[in-house]
Formats: sequence, structure tokens, C-alpha cells
Amino acid sequence: MISPQTVDDALDALSDTPVHRLLAGGTDEMVKLNHGAQLRQFETVISLSRIPELSMWTLDTAGRQITIGAAVSWSQLTEAPFVEHVPVLAQAARTVGSPQIRNAGTIGGNVATASPAGDGLCALVALDAMATVRSTRGTRRVRVAELTTGPKRTNLEPDELIVSLDVPLTHGFQGYTKVGVRNAMVISLAGVALVVDDDRQSVSFALGSVGPTILRSPAAETVAANVLFGGTHLGDAMSQLAAAIRKTARPIDDHRSTAAYRRHAVGVLATRLIERALISRGASQ
Amino acid sequence: MTDLQLPPRQRDVLGTSPTRPDAPAKVSGAFAFSSDLTADGAVWGATLRSPHPHARIVALDVSGALAIDGVRAVITAADVPGRNAYGLIESDQPVFADGIVRFVGEPVAAVAAADPTTCQRALDAIVVTYDVLPPLLDPEAAIDPGTASIHPHGNVVRHQRIVTGDPSVVGDVVVEGEYEIGMQDQAFLGLEAALAIPDPDGSGVELHVATQWLHEDRQQIAACLGLPEASVRLVLGGVGGAFGGREDISLQVHACLLALRVGRPVRMHYSRTESFLGHVHRHPARIWMRHHADRHGTLVNIEARFVFDGGAYASTSSAVLINAVTHTQGPYRCPNAVVDGYAVRTNHLPCGAMRGFGVVQACFAHESQMDRLAAACGIDPLDIRRRNAMVTGDVLITGQPVTSVAPVLRCIDETEALPLPTQPVGGDDHPFGRPGGAGLTSDAGNIVRGIGYAVSIKNLMYSEGFDDFSTARCTVDDGQVALKYATAEVGQGFVTIAEQIARSILGLDEVSSETIDTTVGSAGSTSASRQTWMSGGAVEGACRAVRDRLLSDIASERGVEPGRLEVHDCDVVDVVDGWRQPVREAVRGRSFSEEFIHRHRPTVRLNDLGQGECHTAFAFAAHRAVVDVDVDLGLVKVVQIATAQDIGRALNPMSVIGQIEGGVAQGLGLAVMEEIVQVDGVIRNPSFTDYLLPTIADMPPVEIAMIEEYEPESPLGAKGVGEPPTISSTPAIVAAIRDAISQAYPMARPLTRVPVRPHDIVDAISNSR
Ligand SMILES: Cc1cc2nc3c(=O)[nH]c(=O)nc-3n(C[C@H](O)[C@H](O)[C@H](O)COP(=O)(O)OP(=O)(O)OC[C@H]3O[C@@H](n4cnc5c(N)ncnc54)[C@H](O)[C@@H]3O)c2cc1C
Repeated sequence: MISPQTVDDALDALSDTPVHRLLAGGTDEMVKLNHGAQLRQFETVISLSRIPELSMWTLDTAGRQITIGAAVSWSQLTEAPFVEHVPVLAQAARTVGSPQIRNAGTIGGNVATASPAGDGLCALVALDAMATVRSTRGTRRVRVAELTTGPKRTNLEPDELIVSLDVPLTHGFQGYTKVGVRNAMVISLAGVALVVDDDRQSVSFALGSVGPTILRSPAAETVAANVLFGGTHLGDAMSQLAAAIRKTARPIDDHRSTAAYRRHAVGVLATRLIERALISRGASQ
Repeated sequence: MTDLQLPPRQRDVLGTSPTRPDAPAKVSGAFAFSSDLTADGAVWGATLRSPHPHARIVALDVSGALAIDGVRAVITAADVPGRNAYGLIESDQPVFADGIVRFVGEPVAAVAAADPTTCQRALDAIVVTYDVLPPLLDPEAAIDPGTASIHPHGNVVRHQRIVTGDPSVVGDVVVEGEYEIGMQDQAFLGLEAALAIPDPDGSGVELHVATQWLHEDRQQIAACLGLPEASVRLVLGGVGGAFGGREDISLQVHACLLALRVGRPVRMHYSRTESFLGHVHRHPARIWMRHHADRHGTLVNIEARFVFDGGAYASTSSAVLINAVTHTQGPYRCPNAVVDGYAVRTNHLPCGAMRGFGVVQACFAHESQMDRLAAACGIDPLDIRRRNAMVTGDVLITGQPVTSVAPVLRCIDETEALPLPTQPVGGDDHPFGRPGGAGLTSDAGNIVRGIGYAVSIKNLMYSEGFDDFSTARCTVDDGQVALKYATAEVGQGFVTIAEQIARSILGLDEVSSETIDTTVGSAGSTSASRQTWMSGGAVEGACRAVRDRLLSDIASERGVEPGRLEVHDCDVVDVVDGWRQPVREAVRGRSFSEEFIHRHRPTVRLNDLGQGECHTAFAFAAHRAVVDVDVDLGLVKVVQIATAQDIGRALNPMSVIGQIEGGVAQGLGLAVMEEIVQVDGVIRNPSFTDYLLPTIADMPPVEIAMIEEYEPESPLGAKGVGEPPTISSTPAIVAAIRDAISQAYPMARPLTRVPVRPHDIVDAISNSR
């Protein structure tokens, strides 16, 4: 087990140790280990917990973006002033696990785990977040949506580290909502993130737990933009919106729920978010 | 949760709520659970389990495991010296599979090695060649005599009919429904764990284990080990909950066999996943009922059919079935009935005891029916229950008169009278108060509030002719009282109660309990809501015997009739001349030791028509649930539970409240989330990631009315309180959900299964929008 203190040291360690296991908060990785995935012989555990630059977020007002270190915890994202900057991510962070999990678990770990039920991942995809990925071979910038390629699959190379996530600052409503079978500490059966950009008059919807990866719904985004910016009558649009969302969804049946329910639920969640956007706009006008 | 008004504390006697002796250690983390136990030179044990629900073992090669450095032993069916079978009622479950595996998780071999990692490598190195057989997964098929048996004892574990009165009676109003109950897990937090220490000469073994009944374990273990019972000693390891899931053998025999084989102490622990495979669960059931009533709603006949899926081995399935069918009517009078019940064997996980023991399933069905009947008769759901409520002296459909105190009407009335929640629909601002909780799922406009009621009857103690007894010894030596019993303290607080009993009877305050082990007679099982009544009765009897000896000694010294002397509070008092002396002084220099066995009155086995006084006593409870439902998403937040429970007498009010709140949480779990999911005989959610238990964000406040009507048949006037809270809370919650749904969608189909999953609600309204 090694605990590098800088990103460069971590990258060296990644390239020097052929058999390694990267550990941030450990809230996914330790579960895997407890469920039979044994440590391989000569495996080095590389901990990210001692690298200050990975554990903070910085605000770039001029560039209108926030850069979030990959090892920033959920708890950090639920505190002021982050909450005011990126509400969708703060709301997603609040839904994650329990206080203990939120203190340990990190946003980078959520991205690298690439679960279609990842709450932070869903918000990041709605935000069109960009990941900065580094190795001793160089640096690449990639959209979070493109980093995740399937359920629990990414195109990260073994020597690559997610260093940070860039999130744009926008004016407009943001919201995240999910369905789980209990009131806290639950994997989502369906989740929806909404980001409204009042300046660009655009809307983005990301859907969680209804496909192999987080899904965007361009058709629903168009309907929603027409409601919010084009004056489309709400009553007609809501069922159109739900239908477009449900058409995008590609859920499965499993032991947690049915495909039919998940498809139904994302439609309901998306319309509720638009209702909340309209209410918040009404309130601010 | 409930504010408890305690009288000013003086002595920790009956009726008070003293600090539990185990509380400081449990709160600080110092308490030794059985998984914390170790011994010098101990090695570890682990179990290899079947990945198939049904398969023939063609070959079993352990040589690879034995070749691993640090592996001390590998044992299989061939290494079981005694009977390779155990079971609580019939010995039908092998210690290790012998030729056939019958469920996913069935033990095939066990290893002992220096550490858990080496154990795991050894398990991985055992090569088992299986010939996979088609599994029997449909309980109805298991009833069919044409279906091939999956066990030499046959597929039907028990079939029981009950026929009483004239079952052909047809009511003015007839309602019928088919109900389904999912498989619930006990989910005790302290996982299975044991430490087995072999005798130096290998002639016997001492087992420290978390269990519910030391003597029953000992008997089964000794038979499997081929040893006399005297050579097997059991000591209770710290138990972290049980709820029925520790009644059966899990790792006991494996640990002992390994310890005797390697000649060293062996520690075994299950992981959470292994625990799901390694203990029995609550029976999933399908229940059909048809209720007949006159036009005023008075029951005239009940027809019912029960099918309980017992999984691969018998465990207590036959007793669970008897409990279910004999509680068909619920706490209501009914002159005519015809009931047919089956407990069957399938290649699912074995099922057995869990809090409520068959009555949970029956109650969900009969209470759902009572609501249907109320609707069909156009009567309020509470009024139909009042109209039919049984009283002491009423005769059950088994022909057994209810001799217990039966305050059913009071349970109903006092539940109704408890205050409703003040919280507005949709909760206050905290998201935990709304359906969907932290997920920020529901807004106030999406939420409908519903209210539902349910009432239950539950038998207490063992039934059907079982010789049910408990033993205790009380020793007073120079003012110090020591109690000895083998009663499994599983967290319910028996040790606390036992010491309160001794203080109350003896007038002495320095009371302690000795190690809980098999060096005293059996206490019976910590189950069936029985220990306060049974072991409490034994402790009371032993303490009375000691007190009587003390009083007769003093009487003869003072030259008075012993009948003149009594213990009042802390004094010996001569009720004739007023002489008094503190008990502490009176016992100085004296010592007494008395043992007492408490038995309840005998019961009989049901005959072929289901007739006979098969139960000992009964307790009653009513529950009211208030729920907020996000109908469009099928999400439920239970806002409040109110309950009035027939408890006889509150020997320790805090313990009663603890049992009620915990039982409600377990009933809530079954109502809306807890279910083991098996697909093609394979468990799909063997972890707390996917087997969801209620959290504090799901648990509502519980309003409690304790109904204290002294039970004359009970040694201390108290009834068991552990099971009733789990029984009618589930149907009350489901009734409340139905109420909420029907306000939004009057044509919705009624819910008929637990747990109620979000998609069940969405499906129920799908054609009624
Ligand atoms: C009880 C419980 C409840 C949970 N609830 C939720 C929930 O509600 N919602 C939810 O979305 N998740 C939930 N999770 C999952 C988990 O907490 C999150 O996915 C969390 O964000 C993972 O972060 P971590 O730092 O703990 O990751 P780790 O476990 O440390 O790592 C996870 C994976 O990511 C890799 N990794 C970590 N950091 C990087 C990096 N910077 N670059 C490249 N690879 C990296 C690791 O190598 C590993 O493969 C829960 C987990 C538990 C145990």
C-alpha cells in the first residue's frame, strides 16, 4: 500500500507497479473485495487520500467553471457554497448513501465505477462535465459521458488517473431526483438530472439506471426547451416529455425492479423536474 | 421514540426499567459477540457450498486443498462420525451433502486452515463435479403426488386440514382473495459465529456459539458427532439478534467436527452473504381465503387454503404451518370453517422460524379479507372487527377455547384513541419525511395520505403436545444472589428481567447471572414469545423456593409458624407481631440453592380434522398505520404506527417498548421492502446492498398503549410481547396504502402481496387512471 502525496507521484506509482489497485474512498472497492474479489499476489494498493490537490474544488469565475478534484468527497459537495454553484451535483451528492459513505466516497470513484445507477455520474452527464485524465504518458480531456462505455466499464487505461472534473457554471434551474425503495442509503431504480441553461436557452436531461450507461435524451430536451423558452403549453408538453424520456430509456428487469417500472418512473421524474423548474422560475420572476 | 414516564427509581424490581447489565458494554463496543471469541492456537474454519439448487455430486476431489500450505483439514460427508443429518423436528438435513445438493448454499465440505485467506484458497481448490438436475421450484408442483420426490422423506412436509361446524354455509356477503407473502430474512446484525474447543484427549468438545437454544443444539450436534451428549458442552457466545434464524443448526456441527479433527480450537464466522445461505428464512406463502358473513358483517364461515414453501429441508415447517392454519380466523369468532394447508419441500432456500412463525402470513391474509368484507358490507373496517372480536371463552375453529385474557375490543378501541400524527401530508420540510426521502422524489402535491388498521392473535409458547419447559437455579450465599439458567439472551433482555424477578421475590438487591451454558437443565428456546413466561416462571419458582427455605429457617428459630413470615420489599416481616428484619441481615451466614422447572399446561396434536387444544395461550394486538403514498411512483412513507397490545403486565416497560418498536420495524420491512429474491433457485440479493432493511429515515414514531390485564395462567401475569408487534403491523401498513391509492384511483386493484413494491402500486393503478 502506498500513499503518494502528489498527483505526479501517483502517476509514477501507477506506471511503475504493473499490478495495482487504486483506492479513493474505498466505498465501492472494499465492497468488491469483501465479495470475493481477492487481492492478487504482489498487488500494490495506491491510495489517493493523501493528495491535497485531488481533494479540493476551485472556482474559476472568469472561465465560468468549477474544477472538482477527483478525490473530493460527497460531503464536500453538499456544503455551502458549492451547493449554490452546482445545485444538481449537490442534490445528487445528498442522495448518496449515508453520512459515513458521503464522508468517504468520492466523485472520482463514482465516475470510475461507471455504474448506470451512479448518482453523481448522472448529474455530471447532465452538466456535460469534462474529465481531466492523466498518466505519465500525457494528459487527455474527455467528456464524462464518453469516459463511461458500459455498465461498470470505462475507457480508462490501467495507468490513468482521473485528476479532476470540470463543470460549467450556468444560470438556470438544476435538479436531481431519484427513486429508491427506501428513504435513504439506496441504489436508485431510476434517476433523472436536469440542467437548464437560461443564457443558451438549452436544457439537458440525463437518465440514470435505465440503460447500460447514463443516457441523454435529446428529444425530451427539445420538448423541455420549448416549454421553458418557446412558450409551448404545459399540459400538452408534459405527456410528450414523458413519452420522449421513456423512449430514450433502455431499462432491464432485474432483482431490484422491472424494466416497465423504471421506464415509467423516469418519465414521472422528468416531468416533476420540469414542474420544479417552472415553479422556481415563477418564484424568481 | 415514545416518551417513557418512569416512576422514581428505587429498586430495580419488577415494573421498573433498570439499566440492562449488557448495555454499557454494547454501547461502548466492549461487548464480546461470539465472533469476537478466540483461543490460543485457534485456526479458522470455512464452508464450501453448492452453487446449484439441485444437482448430483459426481466427484469430489479435495486433494488440491489439502496440498495447500497451512491447510489443516478438509472434511466432507464421509467424515461425519455420527448421523449425517439434523433437524429441529425431523432429521432430514445433512451436515454435508451426501450425493445430492438440494439448494444453493448447501454445505458440501469444510476446511480448517491457519487464517481466513488460506481457508478461502482451500475452498477454491476443492473440485466438485456436479450433474445438474432440474430443480423443483413450484410449491404447487411439490403438492402434486405425480412430481418426483427431491428428498427421501417426500415433498409434502405436512398437510393439515381443519373442518369445523358446517363448512357449506354460504353468507349473505362473500369475499375472496388470494394473497402472497415474500421470503423475509431475520437479518440479525451479529452474524453466525462459533468457537469450538476440543477436549485435550479428543473425547469431547466445548462449543461457544450464538444460538437460541443451547440444549437442542447440543442434542443435534452430539448425534452428528456420534458422541454422548455429556461430551458436548455448549456455552452461549454473545448473540447479536436472532428472530428465529438461530433455532436451526448452521455452523455448529462443522466447527465441532473440524476442532475434533485438527485437535485445536476452531473459529468460524459467516459473512453476510453466507449468512443468507446458512440460516432458514420466513416462509414465502400463497394463501387463498373466502369469508362469508351475514349482511351485518358477522362472520359465518371461512374457507382457506395455505401453501407454504419450506425450501429444501423440513426445519420447523410443519409447526409453522400449524400456526398458520390455526390462526386462519384471526382474533374473531367464526362458527364454521374449512381450511387446507400444505408445507412443502422445494429446491429453494430452507425456511423455518421467524418472529411471528406462520401467523404473520395468516394475519396478512385474514386482515386483508376483513377490509374487503367491510367494504362489501358497507361497514367501517373497525366496526366489522369490533362486531366479530373474540372474548375469553370463545372457541376457536380447532375446538380450543380461548382461556387467556382476550382484550381484543380494548386493543381496537385504544389503538383508535391514540393521537393521529400532527405532521402535515407530505411531511415537514425534511425530505426524510416524504416518500422517496433523500431522493427528493415527491412534492407535496404528489402525495396522498392513507390510514389502515389490523388486529392479530398469536399463540404463545410451544404447541401440539411438545414437552415445553424451562429450568433455573437460584443460589443465595451470604446475601449475594446468583441465578443460573440456560436461557439464550439474544438481545431481548431476559437477563435483566430474571434479575428483577429475583429482587422482587427475595428482597435482595445484589443479583447476578452466571454463565449461560449447558451445565444446568434446558430452558427451552428463546422463541415463541415464551422466555419471560417460561424461564421467568422458572426463575420465579427457584427464588420462591429459596425464600420459603429462608422463611422457614427463621420461623423455626423464632418459634413461629412459617406462614406468618413474608418478604415485604427488603424486609422479612412477621405479619402477626410486626417483627421485621432486613432480608440482607436475615440471610447473613446462610446459604441456599434451589432449582425449579416450569412447565406450561399440556397441549395435544391436532387430529385429521384439525381439532384439538394444540396451543397454550394467546396474546392480541391492534395496529393503526398512517402512510403517505406517492401513488404515481408507488413510493410509501410510513408516517406513524399506533398500537395497543395485550401484554398482561409490564414487568419492564422499557423492554416492552423496545420489543414493540423493533417488531414494528420488522413488520414495516416486510410490508414495503424486505424480500429475498430467488430466480431459478438462485438468491439474487444476498447482501444489505440489495436486501433492504428499514433505516431510521423509514421508521416512523410509534404510539403505544400497553393493555395490562393480569394473565392468571402466566407465572408473573405477563404475556410474551415479542411477536405481536411484527404480526399486525404489516397488514395495517398495507391497508393504509390501499386506502391512499383508492383515494387517488378509486378503481385501482387492491394490493394482495407483501412486500408492496413500487411497481405493484403502479401496476394496481395502471388500468384505472
Ligand atoms: C452503503 C453504500 C451506499 C452507497 N450509496 C450510493 C448511492 O446512493 N449512490 C451512488 O452513486 N453510489 C453509492 N455507493 C457507491 C459508492 O459510494 C460511490 O460510487 C462512490 O462515489 C465511490 O467512490 P470511492 O471514492 O469510495 O471509490 P473507490 O471505492 O475508492 O473506488 C472505486 C473505483 O474507482 C477507481 N477510482 C477511484 N478514484 C479514481 C480516480 N481518481 N481515477 C481513476 N480511477 C479511480 C478505483 O480504482 C475503483 O476501481 C454506495 C456505496 C455503499 C458502500
